[in-house]
Amino acid sequence: MGLAAHPASGEDLRDLFFGEALYHADQGQYFEAIQRLDTELAQYHRLDQPELDTLHYHVNEAEFSVGDFELDYRMHYRAGRAIKRVLEGSVDDAVRNEAAFRLARIHFQKDQLDDALQALGRIRGPVPEKIRNDVEFLRANIYMATNRSGEAVEVLGHLQNNKSLAGFVSYNLGIALLQAGRQKEAIDQLDKAGQLAADDPAALAIRDKSNLVLGALLFEAGNFERAKQTLDRVRLEGPFSNQALLRAGWAEASTQQYDRALVPWNILATREPTDVAVQEAMLTVPHAYASLKLYGRSALMYGRALELYSTQIAKVDASISSVQEGRFLKALIREESREDQSWVIRLRSLPGAPETYYLMELMASHDFQTALHNYLDLEDLRSKLMAWETSLDAFDDIIRLRKQNFEPLLPVVDAQFQDLDSRMRLRLEQHKHLAERLQTMLTAPRPDYLATADERATGERIALIEKKLEHSDSAESLAFRQRAARLQGVLTWRLETEYQNRLTAAYEHLNELNRQVDGLTRQYDAFVRTRQAATHSYVGYDTQIAQLRERARRALERVDTLMARQGHMIETVAINQLQARRERLVAQQTQARYGVADSYDRTARVQSGAEGH
Amino acid sequence: MRNTTHWWFVIGLVLALSFAAFGRLEGAPLPEDKKTDGKHTDATAEQQQMRGLDEQVQEVKSDVLSISAELNQLEEKLLYPSGTQVAIFVALAKGDQMRLDAVRLEIDGQLVAHYIYSAKELEALRRGGVQRIYVGNVATGDHQLNVVIDGKLRAGTDFSRTEHFTFHKEVKPKLVELTMSGPESGKTPITIGEL
Repeated sequence: MGLAAHPASGEDLRDLFFGEALYHADQGQYFEAIQRLDTELAQYHRLDQPELDTLHYHVNEAEFSVGDFELDYRMHYRAGRAIKRVLEGSVDDAVRNEAAFRLARIHFQKDQLDDALQALGRIRGPVPEKIRNDVEFLRANIYMATNRSGEAVEVLGHLQNNKSLAGFVSYNLGIALLQAGRQKEAIDQLDKAGQLAADDPAALAIRDKSNLVLGALLFEAGNFERAKQTLDRVRLEGPFSNQALLRAGWAEASTQQYDRALVPWNILATREPTDVAVQEAMLTVPHAYASLKLYGRSALMYGRALELYSTQIAKVDASISSVQEGRFLKALIREESREDQSWVIRLRSLPGAPETYYLMELMASHDFQTALHNYLDLEDLRSKLMAWETSLDAFDDIIRLRKQNFEPLLPVVDAQFQDLDSRMRLRLEQHKHLAERLQTMLTAPRPDYLATADERATGERIALIEKKLEHSDSAESLAFRQRAARLQGVLTWRLETEYQNRLTAAYEHLNELNRQVDGLTRQYDAFVRTRQAATHSYVGYDTQIAQLRERARRALERVDTLMARQGHMIETVAINQLQARRERLVAQQTQARYGVADSYDRTARVQSGAEGH
Repeated sequence: MRNTTHWWFVIGLVLALSFAAFGRLEGAPLPEDKKTDGKHTDATAEQQQMRGLDEQVQEVKSDVLSISAELNQLEEKLLYPSGTQVAIFVALAKGDQMRLDAVRLEIDGQLVAHYIYSAKELEALRRGGVQRIYVGNVATGDHQLNVVIDGKLRAGTDFSRTEHFTFHKEVKPKLVELTMSGPESGKTPITIGEL
């Protein structure tokens, strides 16, 4: 879709998954693009703080893009729903207006013209510059499709200076004027449209079409000379060339200038014999010779026409048989037939696929093309679903092997881990206690807490000695008590004076221990994750896989049924079309037979007349 | 007889071109739009049947898309759990016109991807698309990533560049973006972005 401009590339693109969706969409892989972008958007909408996600920078474009991809994948209903969500969301006017335009376009494509107008009616305030003209052009088309030609003329009138839509606006204005019954203005407008400068294929084709329609109008009005001049402006190699040549011949023939009519008709008669105009020219050429009283030449050309019709009838018969035998559908799903977007057109040149020769008109119709594309999409879905069945089998295998590997190992690992876990918890508890104690000592110093083991033992012994001497009043005991008090004083002095250094050293040791504990905790967490991953690698998938398998199986059944019905529908429509072409060829063959007989008869009469004289 | 026939044909042609063929060029408000033929006529039984089938096809597509999404999640969980997942993406620098022919990736000395680009893929990259070139598993910690790109310059000259990077894998999934630039751009040939 032209409007789904790529938002960013390289440095500008912030969300890799959005970029990945664009990568797939650009290659026509819309299934993959939708699936990825849908998943990304769903994840984004589930976030508590979506503004922190990288998709936030592109979210509006992503919402539009997913709708565009769905349209490209011929999922109009879903695309419509996606765009409605944007419309109903909290977005600014420009985004809402673009969404309304896109919704209107979908409705127009689906022939829901009232809904399309209603969607356009939701446009309020500023319309983004890039779509401003497209909105008005769509509005004009809806007016034309609903017979509101006057309004269409007015809207198109304002768009005439738009360069990118020039040919389309000019032509549509001509048709709108014609619809409105303003014949003369329509002719002038189509004349302008038929002379616009153009260089790209689409603009050239619309210019040719303007000239063809104008030529037909002038012919109808009896203005044969101007009709001829207009038809001569149609390019000889364009898609409307055959019809223009046929009409140009008729314009000359209508003024009895059969010799001049033969010029375009003879060009036409040498072209692709399956074309309707060419087949008609095979009759108009001998008709012109007969009108010029060149009966011998006329009989010869009728003979050639007879030959061509017989060949073409045989070809149509072969095509019908081929379609009936299912070869058309097989040709459709051949890889080489789908290499690019013009595959429908190139089907005609597929070797060994005669059934496609006569289906060009049919293939140009939107419904038939949708049916063909749907058939191919179904074939792709079928391949995917079948491949997924294999994937699910592989997943089952992986799970089975992982279970075989882990189940005998895990109980032993778990037992070892439980032992380590309890030891570790104990140490962590001790570490926590120490840290708390040190913290408290910052505000309430406790030198005794920082005593060494020897100092603690010495202190206890002194206390014991003091206790033993407590009730004795002898001189010897007194001397011992004084001695013990001095020793206690020495100990206290050491603890008090070395307190700050000891506290610093204790903090350093605690920090060292913290590092060890952090390393241990990381290792512990890694083990827990690995242990969980081991279980998660094979436990809890059975139900999900069984459900997926069942869903895939049911989807495959539906796809098969739909493919059969879609295929049958395509074949039926194709055969009906081929039969209609056959009937036309048979009628032309009868006319040619009559023409041969008539020409011989006239030749004979001319000859006998000449002999009589 | 001929004259009567072709008069009717001409009238029919005008009508057909102005209305029935509306669905082609002139009826298309935008060149990429495709519209149905016969907007002013009731759909035939065949058309109705086709449209009915189209609705069902759209439904089954929706269903298969949802299966695919679930299957992808399952695949990711089973094969590339978040604790070990690493995904490497390739993008072209904005506006770069070099012809990227191939990319080769090695993680810790092991060849993990060697991709040769088709014209379509290259065009998609030039238009801002990003390719997920590799998804795999690595342990947490630092890893060496060697990237080799081969391509052609606008003049048709071959060129090749090699870059060595280190990326750090944490417990969450690791996303690595490689942005390539041709030598003519004056930018660093390969830059790395980590998420």
